[in-house]
Amino acid sequence: MTAVEVGSSATSSGVQSATKSNFLATVAAYLMTNDHRRLGRMLISISAIFALATAVEGALLAAERISTSSALLGSDIIVQLFSAFRFDLIYAVTAPLMLGLAVAVVPMQIGARSLAFARAALLGFYLWFFGVVLVGTAYLNNGGPGGGDAEMVDLYFGGLGLVVAGLLLISASVATTVLTSRRAGMTLIEAPIFSWSALVTSISMLVTLPVAVGALIFVAVDHSYERSTFGASDGVNAWLGWAFGAPQVFLVAIPTLGVLAQIVATMTKGKQPLRGGLLIGVGLMSTAMLASVTQTSHTVTFSGGLGEIAKSLVPYLLFNDLSILGVLIVLGLCLLAMKNERAKLDAAFVPAFLGVGMVLTGMIGSAVQKITNLNLANTVFEEGVLVYVTYGVLLSSIGAVSYFGPRIWGRQMPSTPVIGLGLLGFLATVLASLPFFIAGFADQPAATVTDFKYSGPAWLWNSLVTVGHLLMTLVVLSFIGLAMKSFRKGELNTATSADLFESVKG
Amino acid sequence: MSTTANALGAGPKMIVRRPILVLAGLLSTVSAMVMGSMLAIWLDFRSNAPLRESTDGTKMLRDWLPENIKIPEVATNTMMMTFVITCVMAQWAIYSSRRNDSKHTSLALGVVLLTEIALINAQLAVYTQMGIGVRDGSYMTMFYAVTATMLAMIVVCTGFTLLALFRSIGGRSGDKDLVIAHAVYCYAISAIFSMLWLVVYVQK
Repeated sequence: MTAVEVGSSATSSGVQSATKSNFLATVAAYLMTNDHRRLGRMLISISAIFALATAVEGALLAAERISTSSALLGSDIIVQLFSAFRFDLIYAVTAPLMLGLAVAVVPMQIGARSLAFARAALLGFYLWFFGVVLVGTAYLNNGGPGGGDAEMVDLYFGGLGLVVAGLLLISASVATTVLTSRRAGMTLIEAPIFSWSALVTSISMLVTLPVAVGALIFVAVDHSYERSTFGASDGVNAWLGWAFGAPQVFLVAIPTLGVLAQIVATMTKGKQPLRGGLLIGVGLMSTAMLASVTQTSHTVTFSGGLGEIAKSLVPYLLFNDLSILGVLIVLGLCLLAMKNERAKLDAAFVPAFLGVGMVLTGMIGSAVQKITNLNLANTVFEEGVLVYVTYGVLLSSIGAVSYFGPRIWGRQMPSTPVIGLGLLGFLATVLASLPFFIAGFADQPAATVTDFKYSGPAWLWNSLVTVGHLLMTLVVLSFIGLAMKSFRKGELNTATSADLFESVKG
Repeated sequence: MSTTANALGAGPKMIVRRPILVLAGLLSTVSAMVMGSMLAIWLDFRSNAPLRESTDGTKMLRDWLPENIKIPEVATNTMMMTFVITCVMAQWAIYSSRRNDSKHTSLALGVVLLTEIALINAQLAVYTQMGIGVRDGSYMTMFYAVTATMLAMIVVCTGFTLLALFRSIGGRSGDKDLVIAHAVYCYAISAIFSMLWLVVYVQK
């Protein structure tokens, strides 16, 4: 009996040791992976966790504005929180989320064995991750834009540089994969629409982010030595503000069009009507990079003579509205494809479609904001635009993960919860942004939590926004739980590649 | 039964797509955009600088480059010419590599390495001869930021050259793509420097 017990104990410790060893081996395999699916999973998972933190930041900021006479947090923290919210929405959540999807899916779609320069992409992941951690640390210690701790501000610049370098490496890897690793016989025009959108995003990032690096070098050197030419730590908003808002954020949202078009293409199981138009639509959205590269905001004023209006209207349309045309083309063509009688609704379509709808609303809002007669500059309208687009990207990612997930994780997600979370996410997005569109017209100032008054129920709009952000936190948390459960214990994936990827030839 | 009848048809034509070349192109684009952004800000500051009278009082000048600062034009012009030599040598490396002439490939890459070291040395000489401090004023801060970024790009190019040279010396004479990609980056860096040379050293 004793011998048996010893044996049992030995077996048990052996199993424990093996389990521990397996766990460590899995962790090590993930940390040093050059498998595109693992790298994609890491990017998607970590940005989903950052999305939770970002939604909580949004809720805190909105809750602070419910009462205009008192503040829960200190003024320094508020300044940092406003800046952190904008940074997190774009560079900690949406950009890595979309690039993570591209990293995981693109090689499979184009028939490549692996990601081109996979180790460079892994290095990019680490640079991005530690960059976000450093930027977060700087924010927590009063080191963001306008921060009072000089050393922490330097840390912020370093972290921001790492984040941009990481995203550039991942973008370069994705772009090179699409351009050079397609299976024999597949031309670029025949590449699946999601891969095409990933290519367009990657190249847009490779063109625009270095412009931010150039400005960042000047601001960082100025902060370290002279502290007057570029406004020291305040210089970030003046010289790099364009990188934390529209239209730069539109570039990150380009793959949402790819996700929607991809889902529709396989739902209809037929040849995509006017596929060339679809590619043009996705390409047109990248015209947003023109505004980013010029580092200016192109506004229009409807006053004075026709000549004066035309002078500001042409650049306004070129820099702000061409990208909206791109989204409209893709949406129109997707709806046209849905007329196919063989079309069968896929659960992933709901969040993907609503996500693109939210991105479009945000883009239209951004165009409206740039009409100077409406006096929407420096109001919360701008925050509404940013939240519409970034939460739209989050919604689209829910659709993308449930659609591509079976190919990445090997198991399926149940349809009903995905549709439910999509609808709930839509509600959360509208609640978190639409009230700020209204409050913007009532002149509620941006980046201020106290001492503002306007004729309207300020408490109502800010309460609704708080509820919206909290609801989005809940949606993201529920989706993470659903994904973890489904991809570990769900039904095995039975779909063939023909079911998951569009047929170009029809 | 004829064996020809049972033979499989030819597959799609294999396409050699050269990822390292595409990556070099993307790296060149990124470098050009960084420098383009910095020079755009430089030009913006220069055009918005206040006006002042020249020392002889005959004309109005932009108060941008402080009067006591002299740009060492011999060193900067030499840098520009050294870049031309770098490009010719990088092309020679491609020429030799295509002919499987590993000795000349290595020799050409060695000369490229030498010119890059000369470029780094020249840039440091420019700093020494100018004798300005990074915190002395707007012009000085921006001058160091923009030229140090260029210096960093030259150092990256030097690393690329070392990699190509080691592989060439190590016997990878068939690795033509790397030599071509190296040359692409050398050309890009030269073009970027010529922009900087014109804006910062010639127009000042």
